[in-house]
Amino acid sequence: MSEEILHIKPYLRLAGLEPLVIRPETNFVNVGERTNVTGSKKFARLIKENKYEEALSVARSQVESGAQIIDVNMDDALLEGVTAMTTFLNLIQSEPDIAKIPIMIDSSKFEIIEAGLKCVQGKCIVNSISMKEGEAKFIEQAHICKAFGAAVIVMAFDEKGQADTKDRKIEICSRAYKILVDQVGFDPQDIIFDPNIFAVATGIEEHNNYAVDFIEATRVIKEKMPLAKVSGGVSNVSFSFRGNDAVREAIHAVFLFHAVKAGMDMGIVNAGQLEVYDEIEPTLRNLCEDVILNRNNDNNEATEALIQYADTVKAKGKVEVKSAAWREGTVEERLAHSLINGITDFIDADTEEARLQYSEPLEVIEGPLMAGMNQVGDLFGSGKMFLPQVVKSARVMKKSVAVLTPYIEAEKERKKLASINPNGASKGPAKILLATVKGDVHDIGKNIVGVVLGCNGYEIIDLGVMVPADKILAEAQKHDVDIIGLSGLITPSLDEMVHIAKEMKRKGMTMPLMIGGATTSRMHTAVKIAPEYGEGVIHVLDASRSVTVAGSLLNKDQKASFLLELEKSYAGLKSDFDNKKTTKQSLSYEDALKNKAIIDWENFKVVAPSFTGNKAIEINDLSLLIDYIDWKPFFIAWELHGNFPAILTDSVVGEVATKLYADAQKLLKQIVEEKWLTAKGAIGFWPASSHNDDVMVENGKEKIALHFLRQQAKKTVGQPNYSLADFICPATENKKDFIGAFAVTIHGIEKYIKQFEENLDDYNKIILQALADRLAEAFAEYLHAKTRKEYWGYAADETLNNESLISEQYVGIRPAPGYPACPDHTEKYTLFNLLDAEKNTGISLTESLAMYPASSVCGWYFANPQSQYFGLGKISQDQVLDYTKRKNKPLEYITRWLQPVID
Amino acid sequence: MSIQETLKKRILVIDGAMGTMIQRHKLTEADYRGTRFANWPSDLKGNNDLLCITQPAIITGIHLQYLEAGADIIETNTFSSTSIAMADYDMQSLAYELNVAAAKCVKEAINQYKSKHPNTTEKYIAGSIGPLNKTLSLSPDVNNPGFRAVTFDEVVVAYTEQIRGLVDGGVDVILIETIFDTLNAKAAIFAVKEFFRKEGKPELPMMISGTITDASGRTLSGQTLEAFYTSIEHAKPLSVGLNCALGAQEMRSHIEELSQIATCYTSAYPNAGLPNAMGEYDEEPHQTAHFIEEWAKNKFVNIVGGCCGTTPDHIKHMADNVKNITPRALPILDPTI
Repeated sequence: MSEEILHIKPYLRLAGLEPLVIRPETNFVNVGERTNVTGSKKFARLIKENKYEEALSVARSQVESGAQIIDVNMDDALLEGVTAMTTFLNLIQSEPDIAKIPIMIDSSKFEIIEAGLKCVQGKCIVNSISMKEGEAKFIEQAHICKAFGAAVIVMAFDEKGQADTKDRKIEICSRAYKILVDQVGFDPQDIIFDPNIFAVATGIEEHNNYAVDFIEATRVIKEKMPLAKVSGGVSNVSFSFRGNDAVREAIHAVFLFHAVKAGMDMGIVNAGQLEVYDEIEPTLRNLCEDVILNRNNDNNEATEALIQYADTVKAKGKVEVKSAAWREGTVEERLAHSLINGITDFIDADTEEARLQYSEPLEVIEGPLMAGMNQVGDLFGSGKMFLPQVVKSARVMKKSVAVLTPYIEAEKERKKLASINPNGASKGPAKILLATVKGDVHDIGKNIVGVVLGCNGYEIIDLGVMVPADKILAEAQKHDVDIIGLSGLITPSLDEMVHIAKEMKRKGMTMPLMIGGATTSRMHTAVKIAPEYGEGVIHVLDASRSVTVAGSLLNKDQKASFLLELEKSYAGLKSDFDNKKTTKQSLSYEDALKNKAIIDWENFKVVAPSFTGNKAIEINDLSLLIDYIDWKPFFIAWELHGNFPAILTDSVVGEVATKLYADAQKLLKQIVEEKWLTAKGAIGFWPASSHNDDVMVENGKEKIALHFLRQQAKKTVGQPNYSLADFICPATENKKDFIGAFAVTIHGIEKYIKQFEENLDDYNKIILQALADRLAEAFAEYLHAKTRKEYWGYAADETLNNESLISEQYVGIRPAPGYPACPDHTEKYTLFNLLDAEKNTGISLTESLAMYPASSVCGWYFANPQSQYFGLGKISQDQVLDYTKRKNKPLEYITRWLQPVID
Repeated sequence: MSIQETLKKRILVIDGAMGTMIQRHKLTEADYRGTRFANWPSDLKGNNDLLCITQPAIITGIHLQYLEAGADIIETNTFSSTSIAMADYDMQSLAYELNVAAAKCVKEAINQYKSKHPNTTEKYIAGSIGPLNKTLSLSPDVNNPGFRAVTFDEVVVAYTEQIRGLVDGGVDVILIETIFDTLNAKAAIFAVKEFFRKEGKPELPMMISGTITDASGRTLSGQTLEAFYTSIEHAKPLSVGLNCALGAQEMRSHIEELSQIATCYTSAYPNAGLPNAMGEYDEEPHQTAHFIEEWAKNKFVNIVGGCCGTTPDHIKHMADNVKNITPRALPILDPTI
């Protein structure tokens, strides 16, 4: 045995799920800066809107771009910082691809730092502590960081202020080091100094030496305290060039080049945007060096020169490339350009030119067109193109194919006549069958998936909406398809998908099944559908994923391992689901009823509606509704996520969103002016009283019961278990309360859909469908406003703009049967009866209780000022039994309809 | 002689499984209850820690068997003696008392042993702190990955109460063991540091032992071994090591890695192999001891012993096999990079 004794070096060692050891050869450590609400508008918006899932993707993309540590900062006056930090860090722990790297907990409030330290198992960095408020506080905070095992960033800040000169920086850092090592017992390698990076080239002469001060201070600090580290917020240095990313990146690269040479170990940077020093255009690099090193700058000359240069860079960026230049390329290049840019203007001529060049028309498709579409697929897959652009590309493709089709047919005919090789025809591209299941009428998402897959070379057989299981299976067999894709938007569709999976198994089919649509989920697929069919059932989150999923399924080498991986992860989900069942805390229905919402009925002033019974309302001039449109869901339909109108100026998707918005506005104008569509609706009001979870409605002489469900999850003290019935005055109170209802729809879309289809224009077809949905919602919003102010009049003085409407700031609610507060779709039958909705609006209900036309909305009106939206959550068997009695239906029927909410 | 000094001289042996030994007594619900908890409203069978109060003679007897087998360090029977874990039996309020009683059982066993063997070497009591039945890094609700069943502060409070009981009962070392979730361990470390700082007493040495759950080489909360070590290094522990989940064969590469990165002493107490289809451990004492001996010769370890499925016989074989092997020396910490 060797008796050599092990040596261990005093490196800074950090850890997420994996270790990060900072050795001399590590060179420079990138700390991702985008998960910082003060530095990233996008991240701040996502956190404020509680979109933590999307916020996680910001973190993920930092890791993917090479961040070795991520900085998380939640310092915003409008945020509850402790909660936001806790929530985000807890979520990160369940994302191994993010949690693998160490976290830098960044806040100017120590309580937020402490909250963060309590969430992270790895060894973090605290950013930051300082002697700003004196030594005592500094020592106390350092002790706490040490007890959590965190490294600390110490800002060069003391009682007198922030250090700006080289000497002050060195003085403060040296003093802090002594205190930490001698008094607190900190390991020197766990100390990181931030000697303050300030903006240069601001035009103020005193600022010109800031970068030099930092670099020189760093050199001395690292000599005096070699185990300590130096870090800094790099973006600050170029602050005066905001909006000019090209110049900023060059400045950062030059600054880092010199600072790292002086000993800077790490920096907070936009990990995706680091320019390579050598790659900077030499003129720009020289100008940046002058500014950073404060050379030739006695009278701000260097600053001036860089500012002048920056203007040209900026201007250059904006010069549009002469649009005709691409017309000079080869026909293949022109076709590719048209495809990628969605230009139809020249496609007929270019296709014809290509046809004449190639020996067979089919070769044009297989050659240049497919090559172009592959580029589109790659760009989309790598996030460089967005869905609206892809759909336009598909339109170009279809037009080009349409030019070629007659020639291809003729060619086939000729070959057939010559009877050359009658059996040699290959099977052609892989076929994917798509359908929206029986009882469901929604197909925007499915259409998008069809277009995207079509772009990737698959042949799509789209059976449309409301397709029964036997038709799906028969068509699949007839066309010998390779994959079946099912879509659904309402909850009953989930059961239909399970049914189809069972049928596929019974019939011994072998092609994989893809599941998608707003109501579907990985969990439901794993727990309910996948176990029914053994040939592969895959949940596909959105159109962009459908391509990779289809690709993996159709690749012989990948399919088996892909399905095996999937099976494993679904088995995990299923076992999590099974285990979770037992741990969920819930109340008995009886106890939940006792914990109903307390409403002050004594002081409640009933406002009688202007009429009782129902009334039809038709709108011919749709311009009335335009102000009520909520555009955000329109963009979401196109997989562009973000708030409206901010999305139009978003740094990533803004350009695409703006174009899409302009196209939508154009079509909307045409719809309104040419009266393509009509809006038909019905509203009604009736005297009502509640009895536990039923609401008794007086419809003329008839008494009709509405049935609601009550939350059963165990609540924290003071939180009620809500039921919508709580918002209607109980019969025992002897007050006459009311309930209202509405149903609205948009008629007339079919004819125009057909026209667009004939023109091979999926892009406008999908815009039209999405607009019809928006108009139906706008009509509902419009009627609700009129109801509050006029028809019912309980909020006659209300003045709210569209933004306030979207954020639901009005009094009263309009929940829809089948949605979270009252998930039983079958109550639509009662609602439709009360409103005479079929007659008054022309909406019909499918067997799954979807409304047709698809662009329809219905719901109840509650006027009580304490009424609010909530999610029912899961209910227990005791409530199901009670509900069965109340509805006087067989248990099996109730269980089927309530399946998704039964625990 | 202090444990630090003893560790410089030789490899120490920690005891083996407690649960396996208790099972041999085939105790009934009534045995678990004793007279004091005869009318306790919930079932108590399986609450092994409670036996320190209701059947102290049995627990003391098991400790004594391990001492006779040659163990230098005896663990208190307190793996679940926290208010959080005891909530399963509605026995939150007994947490402190359980820890004091458990330390007394070990003391009693050592006294009995010493009176029989007056010339014995020093024996040490390790206060066992288990991982809890709730974790700080994982959500029990798959639909809500941000949810946590317990907070860091609650865990610190529960561990502090346990530490107080162990210290008042007279333990020599605090042993934070079977760590599935490093954040739970960090809360325990935090509790130890704060407890001694606030009490103004010198800190007892900490032994820290993590658990690599499977062939991935990671903890249940997802950390690699090195990340785990880095995350608890601030405890400045007496030793760091691995126990449970794996048998010696599967643990070897991990303990080797740990011996290369740990600046403190290292410990390893594996299970008696992997469980068979019936959930029983059937690695023979000489087999386990053979692995351990090889580790000792290769200077991977300073403290060895057994976890699930091991018996006094396993410990005796280990003690005999490592008796004359020079222990792993502490690494030298270079002052400069």
